[in-house]
Amino acid sequence: MSGARTSSLAGWLFAAPALFVVAMFFLLPVGAGLALSLTDFDLYALADLRNLRFVALDNYRALLGARDFWVALGNTLYFVLVGVPLSIGLALGAALLLHSTHVGRRRRAVFRAALFAPVVTSLVAVAVVWRYLFQTRYGLVNQALGAIGVGPIDWLGDRAWAMPTIILLAVWKNYGFNVVIFLAGLNLIPTELYDAARLDGASARQRLVHLTLPLLRPTLLLVGILTTAGYFQLFAEPYVMTQGGPARSTVSVLYFMYEQGFRWWNLGTASAVALLLFALIFAVTWTMTRAARGLREEV
Amino acid sequence: VSNSGRNEQEWHRRRFLEVASVALLAGACSRPNRGDLRVWAMGREGEELARLLPEFQQRHGQVGIELQQIPWSAAHERLLTAFVAGALPDVCQLGNTWIPEFAALDALEPLDARLRSSTAIAATDYYPGIWDTNVVAGRTLGVPWYVDTRLLFYRRDLLEQAGYDHAPSSWDDWRRALGAVKLRAGADRYAILLPLAEAEPLLALALQQRADLLRDGGRFGDFAAPAFRRALDFYREMFERGWAPIGDSRFVNLWASFDEGDFACFISGPWNLGELDRRLSPAHRDAWTTAPLPGPDGPGVSTAGGASLVLFRSDRPHPLAWPLVEYLSEPAVQARFHRLTGDLPPRRGAWADATLAGDPRTQAFRDQLERVVPAPKVPEWEQIAAEMQGAVERIIRGQVSVDRGVDGLDRRVDAMLEKRRWMLARAAAR
Repeated sequence: MSGARTSSLAGWLFAAPALFVVAMFFLLPVGAGLALSLTDFDLYALADLRNLRFVALDNYRALLGARDFWVALGNTLYFVLVGVPLSIGLALGAALLLHSTHVGRRRRAVFRAALFAPVVTSLVAVAVVWRYLFQTRYGLVNQALGAIGVGPIDWLGDRAWAMPTIILLAVWKNYGFNVVIFLAGLNLIPTELYDAARLDGASARQRLVHLTLPLLRPTLLLVGILTTAGYFQLFAEPYVMTQGGPARSTVSVLYFMYEQGFRWWNLGTASAVALLLFALIFAVTWTMTRAARGLREEV
Repeated sequence: VSNSGRNEQEWHRRRFLEVASVALLAGACSRPNRGDLRVWAMGREGEELARLLPEFQQRHGQVGIELQQIPWSAAHERLLTAFVAGALPDVCQLGNTWIPEFAALDALEPLDARLRSSTAIAATDYYPGIWDTNVVAGRTLGVPWYVDTRLLFYRRDLLEQAGYDHAPSSWDDWRRALGAVKLRAGADRYAILLPLAEAEPLLALALQQRADLLRDGGRFGDFAAPAFRRALDFYREMFERGWAPIGDSRFVNLWASFDEGDFACFISGPWNLGELDRRLSPAHRDAWTTAPLPGPDGPGVSTAGGASLVLFRSDRPHPLAWPLVEYLSEPAVQARFHRLTGDLPPRRGAWADATLAGDPRTQAFRDQLERVVPAPKVPEWEQIAAEMQGAVERIIRGQVSVDRGVDGLDRRVDAMLEKRRWMLARAAAR
């Protein structure tokens, strides 16, 4: 009895540092954010805490009635719905190519490093280069398009093109990470299965659809969830490329939160935005997990 | 399993690094020597200020000065976090539209008593509209350091070709000139560039119509009022008649487009004096000039921007904080500062300096500065101005009618001012 208690105490002691860190850096901030979102904490409250009012759900109500919030949400959904499939599709394609037996071990390492390079470069440095590339008059992209007879596109200044440009940047910057995870997943699939399929006369397409993709499902789910959760938190790309413009066409939910919190110092509103975004990401990724589980049970 | 294990490890490692770096930072930020005068300045002014300090230090027994340069983009956040942490400097440069905000925080030292006994600073020597931006609720909280107002930059040659050998001085005059220039310019060139992302040009027009912008002592928006509507109508007219382009993204490089004659005039501030000098092709270097902003009937007012020097409230004010403000306000020092930065001085005495008095393009600013009007002095103003800019952009782009646009703007501004109304009501009840 006392032995069990000692060992459970020891367990808690071992876990204590980690628990402390979780409490300190996760639970505490989230709790504080929740509390803050029920108040009108702003500049006046910063001056004197007696100016702080408890407003219950008013911040949320105001947000759901605010045009700018819906614009930001719409922009974010656009980014996620286009960016996530693009990012995953490209990554899967690249991983399958790299994994194929035609690529030598040596070359595979070189390509993998090349695809991963954008992930580890500084976004700010990348953004500077991209701004040059996508400059309307002198940018390399428009010059190349001009050579094949396509008129100049105002990539970052046109409301219709700014978000696609941001998506392009984000996909290029991030998909190398997914490639590496996919490669790891592909390596886990035993080669005997492919040999057997080949003996049964399965074509390359059949092997992909009936063998590779089903066995890759856990990896796909992981990549899907990581990418979706990450893409919902779009911020740095518009922050360094467009500052939310033109005409607020690249303002994301997180950018909107930044404006509310650190430009206008409406910390109550900003916290409410953060929690709404958290709820949204949670709901979406939970649905994805459930859907994936349903699929597995079907099979 | 190995995957999630690694993630977790990574996570802990990152948390550890965060804790460690916070601890390190706290060590590095330990307070400087008590004797040091702490000064913050922003952007380019921060860089050039360092050159003016040695003379001040010489006069005051080599006092130590800790000068921090803060990029403009981070300045506002930096100041507010420093306020929370109680780490504000002794002397600071502050954009004059931020003064009401820091007044609301009660972070600024009132300067009236010091000004009364000062021999170096005479309020009457300053342009009244600029000085006024520093006075909140009857208390002077800053001393203007340099000024920024908006006026007309135009291509003399293009106006001459259209039959105008002088700058327009009234709205009607301006209308005729813009119409004539547009007629000659053709379909894809314009008479004036008014970037929809900028609030200042319309703000200036509204101030010319004596629009209050806010009513009842800054408690409610007043954008549906006739005065603002008159300014907005003229602003819209410039787009509807094709004098100004609506999609302005083609002209990202303002100077190159101005050089090529894509538009004949634009409304901007003193920093473009130097930029245009540097960036225009030699053929057009003398073809442009500046003029005061035309008003509804004759020369009009413009915005009163710029930055001030302020002292932050402190239990132990540094004895040399105010002398530094006085030193930087001396006409000779201000003239030197102008030569270093191109910033325009806020007091008439400094304008006698040869470099300032000799240049006709700069003289237009001197003329305009006699007619500048501050924007409403409420802490929420910057947010309101951004909201106004967004609403007007939607009106100009035809996404919303004028009536609905200004009503919606008033409604949103009223919501932004709700806290202010509550604060004022509570203060009145006490």
